[in-house]
Amino acid sequence: MISFNLNNKPVTVDAEADMPLLWVIRDMLNMTGTKYGCGMALCGACTVHLDGQPIRACTMPVSAVANKNITTIEGLPADGSHPVQQAWAEHNVPQCGYCQSGQIMSAVALLEGNPNPTDADIDNHMQGNICRCGTYPRIKAAIKSAASAVKKWEPSHE
Amino acid sequence: MSDINNLSRRQFLKQTGIVSGGLVLGASMPGWAPAWAATGSANALNLFVSIRTDNTVEIICHRSEMGQGIRTGLPQVLADELMADWSKIEVIQGLANEEYGSQNTDGSRSMRHFYSVMREMGASARAMLEQAAANNWGVASDQVEALDHQVVNKLNGQSLSFGQLARAASLLEAPKKQDLTFKSPADFKYIGKGLSSVDMSAFVTGNTTYGQDVQLPGMLYASIERAPVLGSKLVSVDDSECLKVKGVLKTIKMPDQTLPAVFKPLPGVAVIATNTWAAIQGRKKLKLDWDTGANKQHDSAAFHADMQKRIVSKGKVFRHAGDAYTAMESASERISAQYNVPYLVHAPMEPPAATAQFKDGMMEIWACTQTPQSTQNTVASILGLDKNKVKVHVTLLGGGFGRKSKPDFSVEAAYLAQQTGKPVKVCWTREDDIQNGYYHAISSQFFEAGMDESGKVTAWIQRTSFPSISWTFTSTTDEPSGGELGLGFGDVPVDVANLSCETHKATGHTRIGWLRSVCNIQHGFALGSFVDELASASKQDTQSMWLTLLGENKITNPNKQGYEYGNYGDPQETFPIDGERLKAVLNRVCKEANTAGPTVKNEAWGISVHRSFVSYCAVATKVRVENNKLTVLEMHLATDCGLAVNPDRVKSQMEGAMVFGLSLALMGEITYKEGAVVQSNYHDYPVLRMPQSPPMQVYILENDHPPGGVGEPGVPPVAASLTNAIYHACGKRIRDLPVNKVLTV
Repeated sequence: MISFNLNNKPVTVDAEADMPLLWVIRDMLNMTGTKYGCGMALCGACTVHLDGQPIRACTMPVSAVANKNITTIEGLPADGSHPVQQAWAEHNVPQCGYCQSGQIMSAVALLEGNPNPTDADIDNHMQGNICRCGTYPRIKAAIKSAASAVKKWEPSHE
Repeated sequence: MSDINNLSRRQFLKQTGIVSGGLVLGASMPGWAPAWAATGSANALNLFVSIRTDNTVEIICHRSEMGQGIRTGLPQVLADELMADWSKIEVIQGLANEEYGSQNTDGSRSMRHFYSVMREMGASARAMLEQAAANNWGVASDQVEALDHQVVNKLNGQSLSFGQLARAASLLEAPKKQDLTFKSPADFKYIGKGLSSVDMSAFVTGNTTYGQDVQLPGMLYASIERAPVLGSKLVSVDDSECLKVKGVLKTIKMPDQTLPAVFKPLPGVAVIATNTWAAIQGRKKLKLDWDTGANKQHDSAAFHADMQKRIVSKGKVFRHAGDAYTAMESASERISAQYNVPYLVHAPMEPPAATAQFKDGMMEIWACTQTPQSTQNTVASILGLDKNKVKVHVTLLGGGFGRKSKPDFSVEAAYLAQQTGKPVKVCWTREDDIQNGYYHAISSQFFEAGMDESGKVTAWIQRTSFPSISWTFTSTTDEPSGGELGLGFGDVPVDVANLSCETHKATGHTRIGWLRSVCNIQHGFALGSFVDELASASKQDTQSMWLTLLGENKITNPNKQGYEYGNYGDPQETFPIDGERLKAVLNRVCKEANTAGPTVKNEAWGISVHRSFVSYCAVATKVRVENNKLTVLEMHLATDCGLAVNPDRVKSQMEGAMVFGLSLALMGEITYKEGAVVQSNYHDYPVLRMPQSPPMQVYILENDHPPGGVGEPGVPPVAASLTNAIYHACGKRIRDLPVNKVLTV
């Protein structure tokens, strides 16, 4: 049995130690916002946060996240009020939308560490996230417009 | 060409998912489908709008959403003509149903074919609501008008909401088409506006269901080890180690496959497990022996070399004017070139996935499919079920690009559900997607032009060769089909007196399928490159060369030169090959990007223009080449796609087309050794990443033409604009894609 915190709630799963976190989240915990794209940490569709840092869940053995904090796209506000979510909507970023959970989680991590990223910072941080529809220009624009707001943003507590 | 019917009391509604009780309208319309995949039945009920008594307007979207925004675009047309409040619209995804007509979401034609009918349905419903209000107040119908989701009495300002009127309206006869009144374009409230996606909040919160995301109670997970070579037979299976993997429940041999391949599942062994990971791990432990058959001989390099050798000689002529060969002999200068494009694969972010449940004789399928009816028909036919016992739900598609037009993956899920008696989800891995797909055909093109002493082009010969998509459906076709030749080749718009368009034979060795813009990829690359080469040879700029070749403003009709041109299924009277529109997009993009302006050393512009899916797109690309390293600096695209219903979505589709086109031109290549695909994942089949994606601008030409295609037409001019720019920056002429064989990208 392996325990960790998922979106601030403790979970325990009976999974093989080497099962990637992605399949634990998707198939055992039934949260499908985190997507499969390549299984080799090449595309970023499965990006989640491990103690605030972006990781690729498709290659992260679940045993490595025991007792740690995992945040998925479902851990962002369900009303879409996070500045990155809002910027995504404002710039009409998604086309098919499939890679966008991973793009958003990468972008949130970028802005939490670097509130004023340059174009090169954005390229560098986001190059692990593929979008086959080609939303890159809009992702870039959305990250820039979300940048200042992320620093000020506080999650609302009910 | 539609008839609107009042369906409010029809039993039929049960199948649609619509909550009845108010006014429901349906329209029928003759369908159109590619010859090789015709599934639509003509004159069947097709689209629906329902106005509920609670004021909600439900609109069926019978087309698949894969990023092109159709779940927003079609409803916004109807809502505008209805005078509805956009916030009260609910979009319902249509199930597979032949009653809808064709649901094949391909060929960039959803808006082109359904714009008018959506307006007619909106106008019909509005007229009925107005009539119901007029009856209620005892006034003439011209004394009332619909406005903002209600009908207002012009005499006294009273109003009734659409919801209040829905039931009374449902008792009326639908108006005749000739009696409908339509909004003036000046009064459009939603058409022509960049409305945000109806799925936006789901996208940004992860609350979406794609094919990979479907979950059913008691569901099993399957991963399938498939034949590496098309036409293989499974000789023996050793699953002893596989069955020891924790979570693996059993293995199931997939049916043998006979060619033609069509949409039949590939032979193989399915590993059934309690989760995806266990199924994938189990697969790795399978020991399978294959008899790989004749296609084991297929080596793409050798195959391409042979094709390139043959393409320089005269082929089978299918369109001609004058006498190209005699004119060529007497030309004072002859220029020729050959262009080659490798196999490509779609690699959508979501690999194919389908879930099926077989219960009480009913097969129910949830899939990320572009073709729900083809899914229904193929599953029924292969599994021996009555078509009416196969129900297909369409999920969101995590990209399609043509891959998800093929229902093979749904047949796999259905077969396994039938075999196990339990719900089964089949998720393709990325390796499956790259290695067992339906491939864009490998191709060669040869172009030759003869010029007189003044530099005027007097003779033009062009040849193309590639294995046909039809081969997938026949396994005997050995030359390009007439339909494929209409994709940017047989419809070439150059104004040259002596013309010969020819084909060379090529046969299939793998499943060939359509990929975003299909044969326009190789044809747009070849034509756009060749015009640039002619420009350099005749010492003029490429824009002028294009304008000269297009000649006086005119309509090109290939049918007058012996070629029966399909024009993407639409009449040439409505959607002609219009030289003036080609010039307009070209001139616009050159002006906006200032392609004639000064550039620094090692930097240059390249341009190209192409008509496809009855729309026109021109691209200007600026590059820098230094020390064999290519940097794409900026891209501009001008499009004339007729009326842009949602200009922001048109813009995003064109941005996406530039990324897609750049991706394939820079680094797209599938190769075969011993009949099997060499590449397997994004490390060896790379696609464009953010640092390689340049700043982009899109210009939409405004005009009164009917809506044309949007999803695909941006792709074809991209590759040539890129390689032309590379040539002008460093003198390297790239005629064989992808570019990364020559330059670091």
